[in-house]
Amino acid sequence: MDTKAIIEEFRQKFNSDILDEVSRNERRVIISVKPASIIKVSEYLYKTAGFRFIIASAIHTKRGFEIHYHFSKDAVGLILNIHVLLDKEKPQIESLSNMFNASNWIEREMHELFGINFLNHPNQEKLISEGNWAEGVYPLRKEFK
Amino acid sequence: MSKKTLIPIGPYHPLQEEPELFKLYCDGEIVKDIKWETGYNHRGIEKLSESKTYEQVFFLVERICGICSTSHPFAFANAVEEIVGVEITNRTKYIRSIIGELERIHSHLLWVGLAGHFLGYNTVFMWAWKYREPILDIFEMITGNRNSYAMFKVGGVRRDIEEFKISAIKKTLDDFKKKNDLLTGAVMDDPVIHARTKGVGILTKQDVIDYAAVGPTARASGLAIDIRKDDPYAAYPLVNWKVITAEAGDVFAKAEVRLLEMYESISIIEQCLAGLRKEKEGDIEVKVKEIPEGIGNGRAEAPRGEVFHFVVSDGSSSPARHKIRAPSYVNIATFKKACIGQTIADATISLAAVDPCYCCTERMAVAYDVHSGKKMMNAEELISLSVKRTNEIKDSV
Amino acid sequence: MGFKNYCFKKSLWVFHFGGASCNNCDIEILDCLTPRHDLERFGILLVGSIRHADVLLVNGIINHHDKERLIEIYNQAPKPILVVAIGACGCTGGLFTESYTFAGPVDKVIPVNAYVPGCPPKPEAIIAGIVKLVNKS
Repeated sequence: MDTKAIIEEFRQKFNSDILDEVSRNERRVIISVKPASIIKVSEYLYKTAGFRFIIASAIHTKRGFEIHYHFSKDAVGLILNIHVLLDKEKPQIESLSNMFNASNWIEREMHELFGINFLNHPNQEKLISEGNWAEGVYPLRKEFK
Repeated sequence: MSKKTLIPIGPYHPLQEEPELFKLYCDGEIVKDIKWETGYNHRGIEKLSESKTYEQVFFLVERICGICSTSHPFAFANAVEEIVGVEITNRTKYIRSIIGELERIHSHLLWVGLAGHFLGYNTVFMWAWKYREPILDIFEMITGNRNSYAMFKVGGVRRDIEEFKISAIKKTLDDFKKKNDLLTGAVMDDPVIHARTKGVGILTKQDVIDYAAVGPTARASGLAIDIRKDDPYAAYPLVNWKVITAEAGDVFAKAEVRLLEMYESISIIEQCLAGLRKEKEGDIEVKVKEIPEGIGNGRAEAPRGEVFHFVVSDGSSSPARHKIRAPSYVNIATFKKACIGQTIADATISLAAVDPCYCCTERMAVAYDVHSGKKMMNAEELISLSVKRTNEIKDSV
Repeated sequence: MGFKNYCFKKSLWVFHFGGASCNNCDIEILDCLTPRHDLERFGILLVGSIRHADVLLVNGIINHHDKERLIEIYNQAPKPILVVAIGACGCTGGLFTESYTFAGPVDKVIPVNAYVPGCPPKPEAIIAGIVKLVNKS
């Protein structure tokens, strides 16, 4: 199956959840979805479509908090970024860690560095910040200098 | 005055009083649970990246890790060149691949030495590091430094590999191949090493998929993923080579994958050197004036697995967001599966088999008793226990 | 020469403390013990406990998490102890001085006797630094 067919299948399955799609070239596609559909999208990608979870990157922009979940289909060299936009004041989203172990640490890290709350995370405790900076401080937010 | 020849028992990392990287909770001899604490090595690199220019970021990312020092600039260059949409020259591709593969060789040798040290084979440690030196000499000849090579820039490389260097590199590699045969034979044919490493620290294919592990850790469990083949970059599609895998998923399989990968790396370097001779000397850069707005996903195959850099550019001279994921981040999480149920003596080698890049993972292990919560032994004692176990097996074989 | 100085002339036992480092310097320090440079023939050993050490090698930046550990280790060290700051990060903080976890270069935390700059310093430089220090003291 080539990259175009894989993306087409994804599009058809999640038509109502997709907000936007940008693609740089065949192997780099960014699809924005509604935050509420992250669990079913990830479940499809991981269990059915055979993608591997690379990592998740959070960004603090003028629009609010954005997360890119990076999935890789190794057989064809495709990176699919699932992009969600979270609320500015109270950023939160469902945790993926009950589905697979790969996202456990990065969600804890995003929680420490950005203050994003991952609902139903099995152990949302400190990973790297113990002793390094104070509670309630989020170093990677734009306002932190 | 008598001369003493003592082998250092001080391990690779600083032995602090409370190392606290891995806390092993043990019931008697068996490891029941593991907790991981970190934060010792956090340097705030992602935030620092946002205040440096793209040229400066290359120097910054090189120093994320000293051992896989070139893989980070490699992935970062791939990401930024994706944003710009520039096509690099063939000569650049060959040079980048040569540096990447030389680094793979030196990193795997380093690992073989450390694994030998943890098992009590200090001779392997000394040999492996001795054979590393000629590789570091090649680096010094090409780049001027033994580690941290500063070879990459957006659109090209900073130094060329001229003709006279090519012959010197070939000669060193030919010598090295013979030494590698010696080392590989010594490790792979030793019955005590078989007894210590086969069936230890097993990760099944499903475990590897669940934790999304990468690199030799994944390839040793039968999962044939390698960014150089799956999402080709630089000169890898231009040369012939194969991905090395093993099926057992234990420590021996991981060692086998790394040792055999070194031969593939030598072959890739030789083909790239031949390719260099066909390209025009000095054609090593495509000038890039500025970085437009955009998003880049860059990745490279480091010795430990896939390095991933995510760069968001807003058109200014610094990245707006730079997310870095080193392979050890996902690989170390597999320790839970690899170590629980093992004896304490096997714990150090199971942890070491993942080849954690210690800059992301820091210090050593500490063992606690699961019933009393009291600290049983620290890292040095764990290594001595591992060495004692090897000696016991040696006596029985 | 005094008794203390006499002791420092031979077989130094070295304890290595790495702060938040990229491990380049750590590898170069270990390289000093491997066959090419082979410091063991002079009786120089890497020891596992600070209480046995004559020289404390510190490299890497000191972040807030490590700071207390370093002070604790320095207090536990038997005096006199020679402290050597290795690498650009150990000497001044290197590239990471503007980071939010940076808690001062090594000489702001404990007193330092010698600096070996470089990124990383070659094993020859580290050996030269220690020899210079020993000859001076």
